[in-house]
Amino acid sequence: MAAPTKIRPWRTLILLFVITAGLTVWAFWPGQANTPRLGLDLQGGTQVTLVPKTVDGGDPVTADQLSQAVEIIRQRVDGVGVAESEVTTQGSGGSAAIVVSVPGENRQGLEQQLAQTALLDFRPVVLQEASIPGGLLPDEATDPEVSPATEPEAQATPEATKKSKKAKKGSAVSFEPTPTPSPTTDPSEVRPPIQSPTNNSFLQQAFQALDCSKPENIQGGTPDKVDEWLVTCSSDGSAKYLLEPAFIRGTQVTDAQAQLPEQGAGGWQVNLTFDTEGAKALADVSTRIVNLPPPQNQFGIVLDGLVQSSPFFQEPILGGTASISGNFTNTEAKDLANVLKFGALPVNLTVAEVTSVSPTLGADQLRAGLLAGGLGLLLVAVYLLFYYRVLGLVAVTSLLVAALLTYDVFVILSRTVGLALTLAGVAGAIVAIGITADSFVVYFERIRDDVREGKSLRVACETGWSKARNTLLAADFVSLLAAAILYFISIGNVRGFAFVLGLTTILDVAVAFMFTRPLVAILARNQWFTRGGPLTGVSPERLGVEPGRELLEARATHAKKKQMKNKDEPPDEEEKVGVSAGAEDSTPTSRATSKDGDDA
Amino acid sequence: MAKQGSLASRLYRGDISYDIVGNRKRWYVLSGVILLLALVGLFGRGLNLGIEFEGGAEFQVPSANCSVEQVRDAATGAGASNPIVTELGDTRIRVQTEELSSEQSQQLVQALATTCDTTAAEVKIQLVGSTWGGEITNKALQGLVIFLIAVTLFLTLYFEWRMAAAALVALAHDVIITIGIYALVGFEVTPATVIGLLTILGFSLYDTVVVFDKVKENTRGITAQSKMTYSDAANLAVNQTIVRSINTSIVALLPVGAILFVGAGLLGAGTLKDLALALFIGTAAGTYSSIFVATPFLCQLKEREPQMKALASRVATRRSGLDRKAAERAGKLAAADSVASDGESASVATTSTGSQPDTTTGARKERSHRNQPKNQSRSKRGKS
Repeated sequence: MAAPTKIRPWRTLILLFVITAGLTVWAFWPGQANTPRLGLDLQGGTQVTLVPKTVDGGDPVTADQLSQAVEIIRQRVDGVGVAESEVTTQGSGGSAAIVVSVPGENRQGLEQQLAQTALLDFRPVVLQEASIPGGLLPDEATDPEVSPATEPEAQATPEATKKSKKAKKGSAVSFEPTPTPSPTTDPSEVRPPIQSPTNNSFLQQAFQALDCSKPENIQGGTPDKVDEWLVTCSSDGSAKYLLEPAFIRGTQVTDAQAQLPEQGAGGWQVNLTFDTEGAKALADVSTRIVNLPPPQNQFGIVLDGLVQSSPFFQEPILGGTASISGNFTNTEAKDLANVLKFGALPVNLTVAEVTSVSPTLGADQLRAGLLAGGLGLLLVAVYLLFYYRVLGLVAVTSLLVAALLTYDVFVILSRTVGLALTLAGVAGAIVAIGITADSFVVYFERIRDDVREGKSLRVACETGWSKARNTLLAADFVSLLAAAILYFISIGNVRGFAFVLGLTTILDVAVAFMFTRPLVAILARNQWFTRGGPLTGVSPERLGVEPGRELLEARATHAKKKQMKNKDEPPDEEEKVGVSAGAEDSTPTSRATSKDGDDA
Repeated sequence: MAKQGSLASRLYRGDISYDIVGNRKRWYVLSGVILLLALVGLFGRGLNLGIEFEGGAEFQVPSANCSVEQVRDAATGAGASNPIVTELGDTRIRVQTEELSSEQSQQLVQALATTCDTTAAEVKIQLVGSTWGGEITNKALQGLVIFLIAVTLFLTLYFEWRMAAAALVALAHDVIITIGIYALVGFEVTPATVIGLLTILGFSLYDTVVVFDKVKENTRGITAQSKMTYSDAANLAVNQTIVRSINTSIVALLPVGAILFVGAGLLGAGTLKDLALALFIGTAAGTYSSIFVATPFLCQLKEREPQMKALASRVATRRSGLDRKAAERAGKLAAADSVASDGESASVATTSTGSQPDTTTGARKERSHRNQPKNQSRSKRGKS
């Protein structure tokens, strides 16, 4: 219970001052962001949470697959072209999630673009038809062609392309639409992908009944079974297809690049490289179907059950590399290359959550959060000053130091590790005001307890601390434990909150030990404070204790001095403390003083 | 406030003592009734889970140029079946629907923007898949279990297992009451509510740790004397920390109240309000339980120990002798009693020996007070 041997309050205070000043300079160094980075709910933006699942749904996603998926999504997000977009993972194994944040304007449909990364396969085409019965395939849907990339001289000449286009258009018309409603399949039930182990009448009827102009039929997202026949739509809904089982899977595509042809003729093209198995399959199939009439010389590139493109073979491709050409624009070619390259990913992504906040609403929420924080701080400050007087002033200053440190750390972490402050984080910081102030209350009440036990103020400040210290550490440890567990276990918003709560708890301990405690120790050596006037908040009279003889003597000496020589009054900080405290809460003080008198 | 200061002092010295531990049955009944109501609410009405847990879609549109009715019509027109349309504050209208596909939600957003004469970019959108909500809940529960295990270990090491058990009982008490109030009133439960609830765990324990720390201090070496039982010492500790508990709670509740005020008043709803509401209810319950549930329960556990039983009987023997003297003095100074009891006579037992007017002996007497609680209610002594 003995007071700690020789504490050096000034030394600790100066150390804290150096640390605080250092952090503040770092945080406010010009030429960098001097405010914390804001989360999407405060600055506006769209956040998409994607949950990856393995294709067969059995095994959990491996860390490797997850990082692959993140890489792909990052590329897709970069394609959206918004700076500061970010892709992060949360959790691992069965409960892993990928969180994509795109700040700024509300982006509708972002989730579709992102989640599209899915199962890819190549299938020979059996039937192809415009989605509107009797209609022509729209010009835009003209199919590209594929040729061996290893032999540039064999690449499609413009003439060849034109010829093939004509041929294909003809073929589309040649399939006489016979809109006989199927007796077994209700058209409303038909939703791709429709699959069957054999090319039977059910499949034929389903093909006839399929209406690709309906939006629900080109939604995709359902992986197809690679070894079954497939009836489905093109991803833009312009055509429908009957396709053979897949001959190449997406995993067999080793690379896909969008390039301009070497001769410079024609538009962009996509160059493909396959692995050994894929190369062999491609050689076999291209040899088999290259001379069939269109559309049977085509193959469908199927992504998640929808045909992305259906190029036709110009010649057998034997070398394991191919290029798909058509009148692609740069973007189209890049998109197709991305689909080919990354569609190979062996996970399915489901959109778990989409949140989109407009910058206006974000600004509103930020303002509300700051207002609540300011109001909370003000209320706590008023209460502390009212109740603890000068000690309250110490507490309020401590709170402000803690607030400054919190802000500094936030700015620095924003800059260095990309921490973003969310609304939940703001709430955590506001809640932390109370928890931090609680530490001071615990300490001050211990001091008052010891004064009640008849100890002098000077002694009570020491013994009170040695008792409060353990309580503080224990209670703060529990808070920190809660925050740490919340942070590591939880997902989404909860993490932001937990992080702030944990951070402020640590800062609370730091401020209590390095600021509040030394400051009270200095006060305890101050003559004005130890005389225990009503402003100190620990006057023995107010605590219902008879002042000790020592104290009475000190007061008497002081009163005498004052009477004798007004000039001689010590001009040091003790008076300043008294004055500032008086200025801050003059009303309650005066009222309380009179009551104190009554009580005593 | 000055009045409270002096009340605090009298509480500290034991001049006034609320017999909290002795009246535990009363608190248990009170808590029991509230808990029963909470459980009835929980299992009868069930919780009003937000879309984050059940899956669904939520939209918020600035409502300067449209009414709730118009928005409802627009939402229904755009294909939402049974949309729930509510006003949030004065500035926003919220539409909640079942799970929607990406296209459906885009149509709905367009319809809302057109109806309210704003742009689609101004509409807040939240789409949640139903399985995701389950995941969030699982994570929260997982965190809760780990937290409880860790905290039990810590409290067992720092205090002892009985204190850990009592703290956990108080914790369960607070959480059930908070959840129960949510069920009864029908407040919507969102992830922010869950955050709030988890924070309450921390708060509730903070309070309990502060009280138990004092109990631990007061009962150090208690078996070496025969003046007070464990319950007496614990009761003194509760009385000594009561003002501190109230102060820490007020200080903790002030910022939470500010969030609640700003969150509910200016934004209508959202993270801030949900969080603050759960915190407000939970912290209030936490303050109550650390005083009125945790400590009495701890005493019950402790009084079962053989050495505490022995102590209790020693104290009883000693007191029967002292009682007569005390009664004489109490009779003499009955007038002072009525002043000090301050309208709290039902639960307050006072003796006059240390009360305010008796200042002549005050300072010297202080030192003996801690070991000599002259303030125990007589009815209680009779029992033990």
